[in-house]
Amino acid sequence: MQAPTNTPVIEFVDVCYRIDRVQVLSGLNLQVMRGETLVLLGRSGSGKTTTLKLVNRLVAPSSGDVRVNGESNTKADVIRLRRSIGYVIQEVGLFPHFTVERNIGLVPQIEGWSQDRIRARVSELLQLVGLAPELAGRYPHQLSGGQRQRVGVARALAAEPGILLMDEPFGALDPLTRDELQHEFSLLQKRLHKTVVFVTHDLREALRLGSRIALMEAGKLVTVLTPNEFMRSDDPWASAYVKAFEAGIDSFEDRGKS
Amino acid sequence: MNVIRFMLQNRTQVVELTLEHLGLVGLSTVFAMAIGIPLGLLIAHRPRFNKPVLTAANIIQTIPSLALFGFLLPVPWLGDRSDRLAILALTLYALLPIIRNTYTGIRGVDPAVVEAGRGMGLTESQLLFQVELPLAVSVILSGIRIAVVISVGLATIAAAIGAGGLGEFIFRGLAMVDDRVILAGAIPAALLALIADFGVGWLEKRLAAG
Repeated sequence: MQAPTNTPVIEFVDVCYRIDRVQVLSGLNLQVMRGETLVLLGRSGSGKTTTLKLVNRLVAPSSGDVRVNGESNTKADVIRLRRSIGYVIQEVGLFPHFTVERNIGLVPQIEGWSQDRIRARVSELLQLVGLAPELAGRYPHQLSGGQRQRVGVARALAAEPGILLMDEPFGALDPLTRDELQHEFSLLQKRLHKTVVFVTHDLREALRLGSRIALMEAGKLVTVLTPNEFMRSDDPWASAYVKAFEAGIDSFEDRGKS
Repeated sequence: MNVIRFMLQNRTQVVELTLEHLGLVGLSTVFAMAIGIPLGLLIAHRPRFNKPVLTAANIIQTIPSLALFGFLLPVPWLGDRSDRLAILALTLYALLPIIRNTYTGIRGVDPAVVEAGRGMGLTESQLLFQVELPLAVSVILSGIRIAVVISVGLATIAAAIGAGGLGEFIFRGLAMVDDRVILAGAIPAALLALIADFGVGWLEKRLAAG
């Protein structure tokens, strides 16, 4: 596995997306480098989820071009493309009628891996995401929210994709579990060096996990900054986030004083 | 018990008509499934067909059964043999619950599950057969269950056009003003409905658990 380099794995070139005459995204130009974690930060409706879905073509651009590994993804075989990209969403979306093992092993299975190889991969992944091996036989409804999301991550990694798309994966978890999963994810990413696009509205999460933060507002990319640059940025939108973030801490301190 | 004595005396005919009845219900249900399930899948995935399909099925449901049998009688190939006609009419009546429940079952699958599946690179048919249908199967079966129970009752009317089945006894009994004869048709029909209800219900539970 390589450390972050300067090869763009995902490129957005003048991408616009309209639906029912509503401009969801306009003039998006962005590159995601190999091995980095690019966080798309923005409010709801800013177009960050749409941007993510353009990568695995759950959404097709109205104009412009999205390239994955140098190839325009409107020309690629969409099924092949999606199987080479891990996808994790907030609602997890585990198949409720499959055990944990079948959930994780589904893509390898339809890709024609042998039973032994799938089994080995599943137990390797369970260990990787910090789940006990005996959970393999459980059904999703028998798991806690945190466990479910771990299975979601394991499932996304199953067929060894180079790219991971994560749409607010930890957003529905309680703060302690979220903290734990963020921490483990950053450790995991240090080992795996996947190219990750991570959607969140939480600046804290963005600062913690991102190598770069792409700030979006009203369908436009405002700026792309490293976490350090972000905290010192004088961009009005970026500083608004930082201010709101610090206000949270200040208001607690104010309460302490009174 | 006069009724039981009557049924025992005419047991070959009771068995024969029960089998005929089962034939009418069975064939029409199979046809209704073959048409209704694909239609239900279609309108679940293509919402613009939703209104016309459900409206048509609803309208069919409102036609009184005796009238429907009558309407179909002059149709060339159908009118030749009354059992064809009866099967067609029963098929039409069974469509609504099957279409509606297929639609409801598929629409009831958690959108996040479908999106995750699509995002993982399942093809549309893998998504349908491995995710949507297994998750919707108990709702679809409960539609089939309703259809079968309705059909068992409706099929008694098929005797009015000479298609046979347990309705023969019922109509004959009405003409003769003989309760025993009516009941000789009605009791097996009621039992058939109960057995079918129980049987499909059992299947529903088993598949839902697996």
